[in-house]
Amino acid sequence: MQPNHASGPASRLAARRLTISYTHRTVVRELDLEIPDGSFTVLIGPNGCGKSTVLRALARVLKPSGGEVFLDGTPIAGLPSRHVARTVGLLPQAPITPDGITVAELVARGRYPHQGPLRRESPEDRRVVERCLEQTGIGDLAARPMAELSGGQRQRAWIAMALAQDTELLLLDEPTTYLDLAHQMDVLDLCARLHRDGRTVVAVLHDLNQAARYATHLIAMRDGAILAAGPPATTLTADLVQQAFDLPARIIEDPESGTPLVIPRVHR
Amino acid sequence: MTHRRALGIPAALGVLCVICLLSLAIGALPLSPAAVWHGLTDPASSAYPVVRQMRLPRTVLGLLVGAALGVAGALMQALTRNPLADPGLLGVNAGASAAVVTATALFGISGLGGLIWFALAGAGLISVLIYLIGGSGVGSPARLALAGTAVNAALYAYVGAVELLDTDALDRMRFWTVGSLADADFPTVTRIAPFLLLGALLAAGCARPLDALALGDDAATSLGGRPALTRAVAILAIVLLCGAATAACGPIVFVGLMIPRLASRFTGPSLPRILPYCAILAPVLLLGADVLGRVVARPAELEVGIVTAVLGGPVFLLAVVGRRS
Ligand SMILES: Nc1ncnc2c1ncn2[C@@H]1O[C@H](COP(=O)(O)OP(=O)(O)OP(=O)(O)O)[C@@H](O)[C@H]1O
Ligand SMILES: [Mg+2]
Repeated sequence: MQPNHASGPASRLAARRLTISYTHRTVVRELDLEIPDGSFTVLIGPNGCGKSTVLRALARVLKPSGGEVFLDGTPIAGLPSRHVARTVGLLPQAPITPDGITVAELVARGRYPHQGPLRRESPEDRRVVERCLEQTGIGDLAARPMAELSGGQRQRAWIAMALAQDTELLLLDEPTTYLDLAHQMDVLDLCARLHRDGRTVVAVLHDLNQAARYATHLIAMRDGAILAAGPPATTLTADLVQQAFDLPARIIEDPESGTPLVIPRVHR
Repeated sequence: MTHRRALGIPAALGVLCVICLLSLAIGALPLSPAAVWHGLTDPASSAYPVVRQMRLPRTVLGLLVGAALGVAGALMQALTRNPLADPGLLGVNAGASAAVVTATALFGISGLGGLIWFALAGAGLISVLIYLIGGSGVGSPARLALAGTAVNAALYAYVGAVELLDTDALDRMRFWTVGSLADADFPTVTRIAPFLLLGALLAAGCARPLDALALGDDAATSLGGRPALTRAVAILAIVLLCGAATAACGPIVFVGLMIPRLASRFTGPSLPRILPYCAILAPVLLLGADVLGRVVARPAELEVGIVTAVLGGPVFLLAVVGRRS
């Protein structure tokens, strides 16, 4: 898609020598990362290892203290914010639900980068909102206040909001937290469908087996660094689980999908 | 739903027209609608001095100041994510008032042209302070309201203390310090209008960005918003609206609390929808309170700032209690 310069990144979204610090602590140091075009990339790693931090930098929500994020070969810091917002969408780990907002109103806010400063909702906006509500299976909840929904329903409304931004690259920080197993699968199936339809999807997940089953590209992190990256079948090994989580585990083949299945060993 | 929304603005405008008419007709000298009409249009009419020179500027000033306070209240609530925030209640108007009184008493400055800058500076100082205390959503809504109330009380005490200096200049401002429309004239209106207009434009400009910001800084940034810029513009709009309004008629509380809450009942939490309602319904409240003040103490008057405070207190308590349950 993009001319492949010898030095530049090969994929649409990538980071080079990325260093990120919060007030005093450096959390990510000199990180190189590629999000393969058209992939369903899943980020795994223990709590506090920097997954959210990296995702936020990729969406230009966070300004790195060193290095660069590239979008379509251009340093993302120099791109107009509206262009970035129409290309990369981020569902943060802990977004804020405004008081008294309904599901449809929340999802409609995802249309922000497609509207002018004073322009009202267009028919196109309404169509997209409608479609996103349907895709996430909450069409019948559209008029309900967010405050009256279950955690899982709320989570799906937020995903619909991120979808309504209608970006080719979609970054989801823990989209399956709060969901029961069936709804986790629903959300992952939804991500897989978005991915099949041509979007590049990046998600942070904590369930390694789900990660292995759905990801086309797996990135494992620890202490702000990448331990391994690649297809789950070859990347998710007992060694990796040990390195990332200090957890002795066996890897067997998932009888359903043939992907790696992580079985933690019994402690004695 | 859509029908109710389509009807809402015309209905609110209708109520506003009625209140304006009442404001022109009611007072020490009650007038019939016909007399009001003659008083507006016929310089030879006996009602002309009352209507044209006193009640008309008073009504126009009430319209502008009411709209300014209502819009500023909606911005403040969005900015602090606090449904109990009101620039009046949080001390922004009292800050403007304290600065004006200081300028008058200590520097002998008089006249709106000079004082308005002090009002803006006072409002600005307190806005930034409020923002630092509770702007980023730290602490509970009630905590910010409490902190604001403390700031407000301190500023009122300060204004009261300066008033004890009892200079001639301050004596003329006695009504002003409780919030009054009684001294309204057209030069006042034209003097504050540019500030209010600029404030209103900035408010309109930051309404949608504030809606995005309501989802949190991360979500807003990912949507293409610029949180820091949005906040700065919103604070500037609040300062312009409250500073100019206070310079013209003194500190008025509660208007910015009650009206945005009421408006959001009809519109939901979308600021671009709330603001027009605030601009129409807040003058209804302010002029209504002003008219009420002319009626209850006839032939004397109760200052509008006192009436809104008396009306607003119970509403505020209800709002606090309502949030508990
Ligand atoms: N706003 C912040 N200010 C200071 N430090 C922060 C901030 N956000 C995160 N950190 C720190 O940065 C490190 C990485 O945090 P991050 O949120 O990226 O982790 P994570 O991998 O997403 O963890 P989790 O799985 O718990 O969501 C943590 O040690 C955390 O304490
Ligand atoms: Mg995280």
